[in-house]
Amino acid sequence: MILARIVGTVVATRKDPRLVSNKLMVARPMDPHGKPEGSYLVAVDTVDAGVGETVLIVSGSSARMAAGLKDCPVDAAIVGIVDTVDVAVGD
Amino acid sequence: MQLAKVIGDVVVTRKDENLTGVTLLVLQPLAADGSHIGRTLVAVDAVGAGVGETVFFVRGKEASFPFSPTEVPTDAGIVGIVDHWDLG
Repeated sequence: MILARIVGTVVATRKDPRLVSNKLMVARPMDPHGKPEGSYLVAVDTVDAGVGETVLIVSGSSARMAAGLKDCPVDAAIVGIVDTVDVAVGD
Repeated sequence: MQLAKVIGDVVVTRKDENLTGVTLLVLQPLAADGSHIGRTLVAVDAVGAGVGETVFFVRGKEASFPFSPTEVPTDAGIVGIVDHWDLG
């Protein structure tokens, strides 16, 4: 799983029927210190996250194990809203 | 599976209900010589690892298997704590 910050939302009228009523967010992956890294991705939100929040994103086929996404065509799902990240000094 | 060092932990209150009670740790993948390689990631812990320990972890859907039959939504999971490793 990766840490990411929600930077926006996606509106899509025409889409796979199994994506109807799912909320799509634009996320920017980041390191544990909050520094952005890598490219943006679109993830399905299963925990009511909002823009500006730090979240936990699960990728690949595991994303379909998130609540309500069984058999949905997704490869990234937001499964948690991060309160704090503690990293040992020096790492 | 890959070697990694546990460098931190993550506190997540609002989460998928199948993540309840599961420890989330920040991992830094390691090369065979012990140097840092690749990006950090967050993994679920199935073996009671702690910050500072060297572990090995599995990627993909298999990361949730230690918690079966609960379907924990994760793509990375710690499955062993490394005592030491040797290169031939």
